[in-house]
Amino acid sequence: MSEKYKLTIEGNEAAAYIAHRTNEVIAIYPITPSSAMGEMSDAWTNQGRKNLWGAVPEVVEMQSEAGAAGTVHGSLQSGALTTTFTSSQGLLLMIPNMYKIAGELTSSVFHVAARSLAAQGLSIFGDHSDVMAVRQTGFALLSSNSVQEVMDFALIAQSVTLKARIPVIHFFDGFRTSHEVNEVEVPSDDVLKAMLPDALIRAHRKRALTPDAPVIRGTSQNPDVYFQGRESVNPYYDAMPGIVQACFDEFAELTGRQYQLFEYHGAPDAERVLILMGSGAEAAIETVEDLVKRGEKVGVLKVRLYRPLSAAHLIEAIPASVKRIAVLDRTKEPGADGEPLYKDVMTALADYVGSGGDRFDAMPRVIGGRYGLSSKEFTPGMIMAVFEELGKEAPKNHFTIGIHDDLTHSSLEWHEISLDANADVTRCMFYGLGSDGTVSANKNSIKIIGEGTDLHAQGFFVYDSKKAGAVTISHLRFGSKAIRSTYLIGHKEADFIACHQPVFLERYDMLAHAAEGAVFLLNSPHSAGEVWDDLTKNMQQQIIEKKLQFYVIDAYKVASESGMGRRINTVMQTCFFAISGVLEKDEAISKIKEAVEKTYGRKGAKIVERNFAAIDASLAHLHKVEVPAGLSSDSVMNPPVVGNVPDFVKNITGEIIAGRGDAIPVSWMPDDGTWPLGTAAYEKRNLALEIPVWDEDICIHCGKCPFVCPHAAIRSKVFTEEAVADAPDSFKHVSVKGREFEEGSRIAYQVAPEDCTGCGLCVEICPVKDKSNVSRKALNMAPQPPLREQERINWDYFLSLPEYDRQQIRWNGMKGAMLAQPLFEFSGACVGCGETPYIKLATQLFGDRMVIANATGCSSIYGGNLPTTPYATNAEGRGPAWSNSLFEDNAEFGLGFRLAIDAHRDFALQLLQEPGLNIDAALIDAIKQADQSDEPGIHEQRCRVEVLKKQLAGIDSEPARNLESVADYLVKKSVWTIGGDGWAYDIGFGGLDHVMASGRNVNILVLDTEVYSNTGGQMSKSTPIGAVAKFAAGGKSVPKKDLSMIAMAYEHVYVGHVAFGAKDLQTLRTFIEAESYDGPSLIIAYSPCIAHGVDLSHNIRQQELVVNSGHMNLLRFDPRRVAEGKNPLQLDSKKPSIPYKEFAQTEARFSMLWRTHPEAAEELMKRAQAGVLERFHHYEQLANLSYETEGEGETS
Amino acid sequence: MIDLSTDYLGMKLKNPLVPSASPFAKDPSAAKRLEDAGASAIVMNSLFEEEVTADEEGLDHLMHHQDIGHFEAASYLPSEGAYTTHLETYLEQLEGLKKSLEIPVVASLNGTTASGWITHAKELQQAGADALELNVYYMPADITQSSEAVEARYVQVLSELKKQVSIPIIMKLSSQFSSVGNFVKQLEVAGVDGVSLFNRYYLPDIDLETLGVVPSLKLSSSVESRLSMRWIAMLAGRVNITLAATSGIHTADDAIKLLLAGADVTHMCSALLQRGPQYLGEVLKGVEQWMEEHEYASVSQLKGSVSHAKATDPEAFERSNYIKVLNSFEAPDGVWR
Repeated sequence: MSEKYKLTIEGNEAAAYIAHRTNEVIAIYPITPSSAMGEMSDAWTNQGRKNLWGAVPEVVEMQSEAGAAGTVHGSLQSGALTTTFTSSQGLLLMIPNMYKIAGELTSSVFHVAARSLAAQGLSIFGDHSDVMAVRQTGFALLSSNSVQEVMDFALIAQSVTLKARIPVIHFFDGFRTSHEVNEVEVPSDDVLKAMLPDALIRAHRKRALTPDAPVIRGTSQNPDVYFQGRESVNPYYDAMPGIVQACFDEFAELTGRQYQLFEYHGAPDAERVLILMGSGAEAAIETVEDLVKRGEKVGVLKVRLYRPLSAAHLIEAIPASVKRIAVLDRTKEPGADGEPLYKDVMTALADYVGSGGDRFDAMPRVIGGRYGLSSKEFTPGMIMAVFEELGKEAPKNHFTIGIHDDLTHSSLEWHEISLDANADVTRCMFYGLGSDGTVSANKNSIKIIGEGTDLHAQGFFVYDSKKAGAVTISHLRFGSKAIRSTYLIGHKEADFIACHQPVFLERYDMLAHAAEGAVFLLNSPHSAGEVWDDLTKNMQQQIIEKKLQFYVIDAYKVASESGMGRRINTVMQTCFFAISGVLEKDEAISKIKEAVEKTYGRKGAKIVERNFAAIDASLAHLHKVEVPAGLSSDSVMNPPVVGNVPDFVKNITGEIIAGRGDAIPVSWMPDDGTWPLGTAAYEKRNLALEIPVWDEDICIHCGKCPFVCPHAAIRSKVFTEEAVADAPDSFKHVSVKGREFEEGSRIAYQVAPEDCTGCGLCVEICPVKDKSNVSRKALNMAPQPPLREQERINWDYFLSLPEYDRQQIRWNGMKGAMLAQPLFEFSGACVGCGETPYIKLATQLFGDRMVIANATGCSSIYGGNLPTTPYATNAEGRGPAWSNSLFEDNAEFGLGFRLAIDAHRDFALQLLQEPGLNIDAALIDAIKQADQSDEPGIHEQRCRVEVLKKQLAGIDSEPARNLESVADYLVKKSVWTIGGDGWAYDIGFGGLDHVMASGRNVNILVLDTEVYSNTGGQMSKSTPIGAVAKFAAGGKSVPKKDLSMIAMAYEHVYVGHVAFGAKDLQTLRTFIEAESYDGPSLIIAYSPCIAHGVDLSHNIRQQELVVNSGHMNLLRFDPRRVAEGKNPLQLDSKKPSIPYKEFAQTEARFSMLWRTHPEAAEELMKRAQAGVLERFHHYEQLANLSYETEGEGETS
Repeated sequence: MIDLSTDYLGMKLKNPLVPSASPFAKDPSAAKRLEDAGASAIVMNSLFEEEVTADEEGLDHLMHHQDIGHFEAASYLPSEGAYTTHLETYLEQLEGLKKSLEIPVVASLNGTTASGWITHAKELQQAGADALELNVYYMPADITQSSEAVEARYVQVLSELKKQVSIPIIMKLSSQFSSVGNFVKQLEVAGVDGVSLFNRYYLPDIDLETLGVVPSLKLSSSVESRLSMRWIAMLAGRVNITLAATSGIHTADDAIKLLLAGADVTHMCSALLQRGPQYLGEVLKGVEQWMEEHEYASVSQLKGSVSHAKATDPEAFERSNYIKVLNSFEAPDGVWR
């Protein structure tokens, strides 16, 4: 065989590599964790990479997975080799087309990074729920368990599907395999060609729908023949397992890697056997090998081809000696008497034995269990526990492993073990920040080791749920044999632990993973002599007890001195190699340098120079610490939650924050997915290096700073002199400016020092300049640590002051409106996020009577990703009720809220009239006539409802109880559907359109970042012309969809365009007007985003540029104006006053096109410039149309 | 036939009019129009060190600062795609000019540090540049740095470059040295082939509305050429390197004056930006006409004839001019009385 071509890549890349080489058309929709497959395909197509037949595959992004499936179906029916990549909810949306594709005996492979389905909560993590939900579609299901298998099976599946004419779902575990970096041998083109002879392709092409040999498909069939038609595919399904095995054998001839439909590993005379599929099988094989060495009679059967299920092959593969079988399913089917794989195995065995099969002495006892849902770890210890259970007299059926089920007691007990076989594997863990380059450095290290030595390398990366300041933990393994450990490095297993951020010392118990004698490398500003005292007591103890070798380096100093700024990745990488000894030091350094050169090429000569300087300087600054014999520290880690903490928050939220969520037993979990509000306030993240300091002497109380803060970390309150009689000395407050306040009122602008992220937007927006020093404003940034304690006290005091009476607030100005309490605070959104200020504003205005339907996206992640939520309640216990249903149904979900709320209100009104209740007639009238158009009106209605409830409390009847249960709906409720442009413009547009058409009172807030932010910057129909995004790497060639024009065409929809950083008052006014409109309101809110390629400290400036260049026009379309003879449309921004390019060049999403495709950039920029002028002109003309009534009896 | 030829960095040019670094060189057809109008050589728009650095940092930021640390997004912008740097564009532009023009093309570098320039200079030479104009424009905001230290920086950059390239190097200087003449002499010793006097700095302005410091671009006027004139006159005949006059040369008269003072070539930029490339032809005609009327046979004859060394009243180039001028000033009516 020729020189083997090896790559060190992740599972997604392995699948995409083959898919791109063996297809002609690729239609996708991004969804975690499979998005990368589509993105890589798009990148390769842009680079002109050809498929096996010399053509460059066409890659298109559709509006949803349903759309992608339809496109795939169409492309297949037209004879092209077509594929798609998806997971989870996306796979579900493809189901209708999958039935059709299979029913038409079409050859195709869908690559699925298997992921959980949203039930009580959404999960982006891996299990088999999605593929199990499509097992009845007629698609074959082929399971890959490792990165090498992903590469191999992607090819084998393609060969099989063309031969068998049955489409295949090729799946592998989401994250565990899709994101695992490992070494693979890449099948050569010769192998690909041998597996995919052209004759097969031609046969596929021949079956196309073509006018040159037309047929019809997709007929409508009737009771007379549909059944027979359904059965006509039987021969294909019967033949398929044989075809798959033949392909496996053919592949083995070509590459030496032999696979079986069902593969057994273990003792040939095993009595206890596990059956499972997916990455868990790798861990099981590892464990079984260890057990067999100790003489245990155990084995594991890997299922590869799950559908069509060949019972004959399955039975044949089970050793005849087997007495007990445990089948493990990585899914849950509530209400079933067992999960799918278990039931299939049980049926096969029962059928075999029942029809006289005599391979086994007796029918084996089969039990089924669930494991690993949503990437729950599946470890050797757990596998051992299952074998132990199998060995019991009466093994438990329908068990779970990996959790503590104290509710229905399904769980097995287990304890962690370390396998003997892994004793010589080097295990390393690295704690880093999302933004410090730790992950890419580690990926590079894996490459260096995997490709530069005989060692095998594996890498897996775990991320925190936050978007800002997120910790990443890299798990790396190196060994002389291929690494099958499909689980994280456990306690006391790591030989090397690096902490790249000194601040983690107070947050994470990193050394719990350290083995005896391990190396601990710490990035710290302290010298080797001083650093010991900086550690917590717990860490010192562990270092001493475990005899750890402790090294320290001031990586930030080395980096900044070498001109690398805050990029410490190559510094830490160099140290890793120097200390770990995995590679000889000088060789390692030269390889790291080689990698840097390769990465930057000749374009980055200066960067290469600086990197080299950093690398060379690293070792001189690396010092071993003399570990003292005794402890010197008393400091302990900060508790995960701070303050007066309710039990739920302490026991559950706090434990999750501390990283101990795995230990939470089932009974503590909310059974219906309901979680409490206000938890973000307990998590003090101390992210800000600097926080704003209020200069009360020059402040003009304009209220802009609380308005722009994405995190509600700076707020204003007005109160009386008496209220602050007991204020701490450091608490600042001054006499408030403005006649709308009572004489003697005071105002304070207070920062939350431990929640602020240091984005600086408040300082940016502050309009005040100190007349003797223009760089001083009424807010100035200053280092947080010295201010932390004092401001914490001030903040707690500020919170204790009473809220300003909502009924007194003047809502038409920023100062007044910003006195309203935000009920959305301290989210995990990016520093400087452009979306969150809008949500925060809405909760200030309507939060205490608001219910939110939130689409999947950034807003559902920072809004509802456990363990905390930023939504909060006020002192009366009211606040926004929030739920994320799905992505595609958000508008409809919100409409459902409105329908129910109106039904409750109508029922309440009806019950009021109930004669038996004898409610005071005046009260009934007042309730019915209530004017709830302002805060006082709403307050009065609340009071009336309280009175009503008091009256009802004394009445003993069903109607009284019923009325009590709906009385609160007599107070006006505000229904909001919130989501990004991915939802509104693309996947949810159908529903959005229908909800707008419905005329019902729903407020729609579109947080428009002009790209799919959450999943990493894929193009949406909101992406502007000339912008670069994934799937539009050459610049989007068509203009942004004008959603508001579409909405305005309905004439009964209120439409608003806002950009809070450009015109804050207009934003405020629009929100108030929109919500007050009794009908559908659509607010399109421009949101600067990290995906625009601009530092979000420029958030405000970007919004100004957006409006001044005409990129977005600010407007309001209020249907109510028509009745007054006025044009409903009002333009709130002026004609573009700066060239479009002046805006575009500030954002990398535009400017990078000039570097990558200069001609396209020129052309698209021209069109963009012309476009903004034309659009403004068009809108201007619309806004100037006359709506005056002609005269009596004529319509306007 | 008047001989308009002149020596420039060891090359013989057909006349002394050379457009200085401007956007014209970015557009091949505008460059051609300049050549057609009579330009004897052309200086390209400057390649700024900051642009090159920003490119590299942008590249680093874009393509490899992708660690945002989030399960669902490994990066936010596509990272594939051939990333064309400013330098690459510049080299392409240079090659394009060399192909379409007959006249010499001078590449122009604008920066403050030595590192990185060496490679770029070599590439420019390889791409066909006939000479290199070096703008070392260093604003010493650090007031602890002495003038010697500042000057030494410039000399160091030059020396490094001289080691690496064989094409001639001309340095474009600002007038802000304690002793311009001495500094030029230092550069001559270090091997410079010519100096271009003087660079104008675009001075920032204060916006009274926003109280911000804002950049402002004002094109030059003729009076600015007097500064170049003084120093070229002082240096003519005293140094053996090319003296190029730049800033404020708007008319034929301006050009002639500078030639008389001792300039080998006179650059024009603002005037061409305002009036178009063909204006250069008008200036050339004007120079020829004046020389004819005043019966000069060649530029070499007239060059430096009114320099400090040869002027009838050289002290006018020095201080005494100052007092005379002050005494001769008359305010407009109504100002004093």
